Amino acid sequence: MLTWLFTSPAERRLLGTRPLQGPTPWLIAIMTFSIMIVAAAGLALAGTAQRVSSGASARFSLQIPDGSKLPQTMQVVRSSTGIANPEAVPESEMRQTLERWLGPAGASADLPVPALITFDVTAGVDLKALEARAAAIAPGAKVIAHREALGPVLKSLHALQWIALVLVLLLAGSCAGAVVLAAKGALDTHRATIDVMHGIGATDVQVTNLFQRKIAIDALTGSVLGAAIAAVVLLLLAATSAFAGELMGGATLGPGDLLTLTAIPLLLTLLATWVARIAVLAALRTAL
Amino acid sequence: MRGQWQGARVKGRAVLIPVAEFDSVGLRYGTGAEVLRDLDFRLSKGGFYFLTGPSGAGKTSLLKLLYLAQRPTRGRISLFGEDLTAASRDELPHFRRRIGVVFQDFRLVRHLSAFDNVALPLRIAGASEAEVEGPVREMLAWVGLADRASARPPTLSGGEQQRVAIARAVINRPELLVADEPTGNVDADMARRLLHLFTSLNGLGTTVVVATHDVGLISATPGAKMIRLEGGAVSDPTGALKNPPGRAG
Repeated sequence: MLTWLFTSPAERRLLGTRPLQGPTPWLIAIMTFSIMIVAAAGLALAGTAQRVSSGASARFSLQIPDGSKLPQTMQVVRSSTGIANPEAVPESEMRQTLERWLGPAGASADLPVPALITFDVTAGVDLKALEARAAAIAPGAKVIAHREALGPVLKSLHALQWIALVLVLLLAGSCAGAVVLAAKGALDTHRATIDVMHGIGATDVQVTNLFQRKIAIDALTGSVLGAAIAAVVLLLLAATSAFAGELMGGATLGPGDLLTLTAIPLLLTLLATWVARIAVLAALRTAL
Repeated sequence: MRGQWQGARVKGRAVLIPVAEFDSVGLRYGTGAEVLRDLDFRLSKGGFYFLTGPSGAGKTSLLKLLYLAQRPTRGRISLFGEDLTAASRDELPHFRRRIGVVFQDFRLVRHLSAFDNVALPLRIAGASEAEVEGPVREMLAWVGLADRASARPPTLSGGEQQRVAIARAVINRPELLVADEPTGNVDADMARRLLHLFTSLNGLGTTVVVATHDVGLISATPGAKMIRLEGGAVSDPTGALKNPPGRAG
């Protein structure tokens, strides 16, 4: 099955060019680099979306319009069954948030500041009853699911994942197209040799094997080179504090993601080799 | 008779199978006029044929049909007893390996050494390097190029290239040897040697077809038959090539 890969020196001399000559390895290196970066971003987004989604699914907030009722309302929340990790958002944090919107006026003691209590729930908790009891103490108190608040963000994250996947597929398609062009260019360059080989009884498969091997070596070298550069860039990004602070803080790559990224150069090599074989065989079919 | 014909018996009668058989063959390139028309002849096994005719008569086109570089646009061609009309593309290499071709323009692989060029048919046929070394060295010595084995075609003279091309064509003892002006670039002495090589191969059973203008070559080959092409059709004043098949030598 892989006999085409292990040719004799005499067979290798037939094409007259050494592997890694020409633009193909560099083209594939650039494609692999791009695919790796986009795929890493997509996988990191997927991980982030997963974490955000699972973290938000059981997380709720109790919004209290009158912040002075916070202690009593907190008592109600704590005394309810099925409630875990209740935390009041400090007033200072609330005022800081308001300041971003209102400016210095947000810090004014005259401005009534609502209070927030965040908590996790276990299955079977009657949130309507909790909301009613809180409202009895602090009128207008309302339970809000984080899942609902984060819905647009999660949708955006999922959309970005799909965009990343489409980009990866488009880049892989471009890579395949580049390989087809490279294979056809190589066929044109070696047309005289191919005609001689055909004339003395070489089969299409014999001719194809020569080109397939050359393109496989070019593709493997290019994809490994591109992957290595992409790995360095990703490590640098992860190590950069600014990036790590805002973006990488929640966006990390798990072992499965790293395995997927590692497989990309190999998959690209296989794709390039297969596409080259199909392209060369199809081109040879046009000759007698 | 023995050794000259592939034979089979049908109802007690010998049926002689020619190496090549053309029945009403015509050839045109694209939508142009027919360059070959109504070719109807047989080449017997072990025969030695000279293909002659004025320039543009269709000699090279006829040779292309013989070595399967072209398919006829009409008619039927049989090679080695098998009808090629319906032969698929994948079947052609099997036939081509039984044919040696000396191209007019040599068609050597420029980046390969003379040794590798001559070894090409053997390697394509699947011979191991051990099986290649001896015969190729011997063949190169025979055509006087033993000391040029590692030279590449661009560094060889026209005559040397032609000898490499001939060595490549005969290295695997083809059943049919087709040569287009094989002595066009060599001196008289080398032409005689090459002709001797062809006749030696012919003596071993190879059918030889040589396209040439060299009258000396023809007259130096007793027993050879002549196919004369004129205006794309066979003009054969002797009638030796028409059905029933003529016999060589």
